[in-house]
Amino acid sequence: MSTATHTPQASSIQTEGTHISLHGVTKDYGLERPAVADVDLEIEGGEFVSFLGPSGSGKTTTLNMIAGLETVTRGTVSLDGVDVSHLPAYKRNLGMLFQNYALFPHMTVAQNVAYPLRERKVGRAEIKERVAAVLELVQLTGREAALPRQLSGGQQQRVALARSIVFNPRALLLDEPLGALDKNLRAALQLELRRIHREVGSTFVFVTHDQEEAMTLSDRIVLFREGGVEQVGTPEDLYQRPNTLFAARFLGDSNTFRVVPGADGVSYGDVSWAAVPDTVAPGVAGSQAAYVVVRPEHMELAQDGPVPTGAPSTRVRIQDVEFVGSFLRVVARSTDRDELITAKLSPGSATPEVGTEVDLWWRPESQRIVVP
Amino acid sequence: MATHTQNPAPRHTEEQGRPARRQKPVDAVPLWLKAVGVLVAIYLILPTLVVIPMSFSAGATFQFPPQEWSLRWYESFFTDERWLRALSNSLKVAVSVMVVATLVGTAAALGLSKSRGRWAEAVRSFLMLPLVAPGIVIAVVVYIAYLNWQMVGSFWGYLLIHTAMALPFVLVSVTASLSGFDANLLRAASSLGANPLRAFWRVQLPLILPGVLSGAVFAFVTSLDEVVVALFIRSPLFETLPVRMFNSVTIEIDPTVAAASSILVVLATLFILTPQLFRLVRRKK
Amino acid sequence: MSVAVLAPLAMSLWRSLTDPSLGLTHYTDLFTDGITLTIVSRTLMTSLIVTVGTVVLGYPYAYLMTRVSTTTRILMLTAVLVPFWTSMTARNFAWLILVQRDGPVDKMFSAVGIDGVVLHGTVAGVAVAMIQVMLPFMVLPLYSHMAGIDRKLLLAAQALGSTPIRAFRKIFLPLSVGGVVSGSILVFALSFGFYVTPAILGSPQQSLVAQLLGQRTLQLLDFAAAGALGIVVLLFTLALVTVANRMGGSVSALGASVAKGK
Repeated sequence: MSTATHTPQASSIQTEGTHISLHGVTKDYGLERPAVADVDLEIEGGEFVSFLGPSGSGKTTTLNMIAGLETVTRGTVSLDGVDVSHLPAYKRNLGMLFQNYALFPHMTVAQNVAYPLRERKVGRAEIKERVAAVLELVQLTGREAALPRQLSGGQQQRVALARSIVFNPRALLLDEPLGALDKNLRAALQLELRRIHREVGSTFVFVTHDQEEAMTLSDRIVLFREGGVEQVGTPEDLYQRPNTLFAARFLGDSNTFRVVPGADGVSYGDVSWAAVPDTVAPGVAGSQAAYVVVRPEHMELAQDGPVPTGAPSTRVRIQDVEFVGSFLRVVARSTDRDELITAKLSPGSATPEVGTEVDLWWRPESQRIVVP
Repeated sequence: MATHTQNPAPRHTEEQGRPARRQKPVDAVPLWLKAVGVLVAIYLILPTLVVIPMSFSAGATFQFPPQEWSLRWYESFFTDERWLRALSNSLKVAVSVMVVATLVGTAAALGLSKSRGRWAEAVRSFLMLPLVAPGIVIAVVVYIAYLNWQMVGSFWGYLLIHTAMALPFVLVSVTASLSGFDANLLRAASSLGANPLRAFWRVQLPLILPGVLSGAVFAFVTSLDEVVVALFIRSPLFETLPVRMFNSVTIEIDPTVAAASSILVVLATLFILTPQLFRLVRRKK
Repeated sequence: MSVAVLAPLAMSLWRSLTDPSLGLTHYTDLFTDGITLTIVSRTLMTSLIVTVGTVVLGYPYAYLMTRVSTTTRILMLTAVLVPFWTSMTARNFAWLILVQRDGPVDKMFSAVGIDGVVLHGTVAGVAVAMIQVMLPFMVLPLYSHMAGIDRKLLLAAQALGSTPIRAFRKIFLPLSVGGVVSGSILVFALSFGFYVTPAILGSPQQSLVAQLLGQRTLQLLDFAAAGALGIVVLLFTLALVTVANRMGGSVSALGASVAKGK
């Protein structure tokens, strides 16, 4: 593996992304439930994958097991088909970026960035060249002699980034690296991460609990829940076709209606319709209960006429209408179930009166029926 | 330990936050309190300084103030075989204690910082015991044991017990600097390709070095100044400087002790004053 | 490494229980030989005087340290640290010079018409010197405790109508009591087993526990009895230090403040 770092084209930071695969990976601290249980995952070389989930869902533990900073209780971690489950972190040749930067406070920027190269016994001249190249990549040329504490948070994280890619690791593991930064800086660094990912070409595994960040950055998202993988897919997949109520609610806003799956479809209150097969998540057929998920932007207001035939709908009382620029946000309460429903209407539509009762409907193909 | 010296900073800004035109602050420090402060400082410093004029006496007693002046006791200190041997014994023991206690104490602090629970707690109190046990009790039981082990008056006997007595200081000092050490840095070093030994050497050690060094100084001074145990385990063939001084005061009435004391007082003062003055100068800038 | 202390302790304990025959004789003797109890109560009294003395001098000093400018604070800290790092033997020798017969203290009192004030060889002389020796052990933890008290509370009390003195009594004093108690226990425990000062400035006629221990070991060679007394002194000290630790971590506070002062 170490050959990757001694490639002749030293000045280039290009590398081929490594393929990461997890089989039945489990971490058990002996508590009530394992921190991570039976995770199976294939991450393609060069892919940008996000581990998304609430805190305690096992995403960071899984990342640490890939990095080798945490041992696996069961299962295997393989890099390009080689089992590295019991290889210590310093032999795995993976870059890692930490939330608190973890820069060495007693070393200058240049010394920090040179650190992994010195550990790999790279020659002095080559170190100089590669440090200069990577500092240029992260736009910190000229700050070589600064100490970490003399830099801003964003600059520190860029030094950490430079340090974690300077040795051409075939994968970069990022543990909520933007978590400590303010919103504007985050956005700027997100763009920069995308650019660097494109330029270096290695596999990026990015841990975050921020669904927006995961959606903007990733090729694919792995959604974690209580130590297991809930769903894997592209951001669009997860948003448009969640398989579970948890996934639907974790990514984006959603209206959810509890329904009972029947032999020929599902029913919701006194409204019933035939399911569009495409919109039914796996597992619903055999389930005791299911939920209909409708994104707010798919809701339509039946004001001037009746609900189109075949379209599911619900009767609501309007509680609040807000003009948010690009759309109208309507908050309403369903009359029969007392559920809160949000709709985003296009700005052209007529503004409904607060307090009136109207029908909200949606196209069957825009709904999603998921398991709890 | 420089990081700990920044504590006064917030207080300072608070003072600056007050109105610039201070007539009489609401909570002025009363004059009598300042007077008490000065008197206590004098009580702490002045009595000890009496050894300096004493050391220039020409007489062979502890009569004070001396009737005539001379340098004979300094000459005695630097020529008398017994004083020189005591000094060299003390330095030999103290340097050895410093090295051993620093190595063992740092290793123990590192080990204990990683392990939690009752077992680690037991080891910790066990190592701290010599700090809280009265010197005289250690002296008595160690003397009796050394009689059995034939270690009375031996370099190794001194090294062993002084190391045990110096260890708590190294432990406390290194543990304090470890508590300010971010364990993530070791994980980062590991992810960057450093094996645990290299990560310790290049990342952790440089960062806890102030604590290790101050522990080493504590260990050195503890051994150099230790008199009670040293008095008991001495032999005519091997005694340390404090023992020589103690016996000169209590048994032999040898004013050379005044010269020895003066040298130690001046050294200790310089040792404390240098970093403090340095701090003051740095503040002024 | 601490086996160097623990093994000898275990040996002495064993010996005190078995030499010459199995039993608690050496321990019961401590209460019945007439002399030990007298010396112990004299030592307790001396330790108490020393403790009170260090509180009386140390409290205003430590309080003042929290109130002065940074420069003055560093100077005041230096005044505490210099004696702390100065040779124990040298400091007690200095006191011997001062309080001996015809020494400066004696002469000073003679000058105002009070003859024969020779503190050397008295418990008073031991106490005067020991208060000075122990003072850093009171001031350092006390200061670190007081530095943690928020002065804004006092200003708040004054804003609510208290006089400065009342604000001090009602707010600062109660908040600093913890530091005083743990510092006192520490000084008391250290004084109880302290050897150097009584050995240099005291006298065999008015000896304290530490001297008694030394005498039984070096002169009487009564190792079993000395071991019994040593064990009792150790247990007493450990109990006090444990209490002090529970009350606010005096030992660690001391370590921290000494390290900070460096």
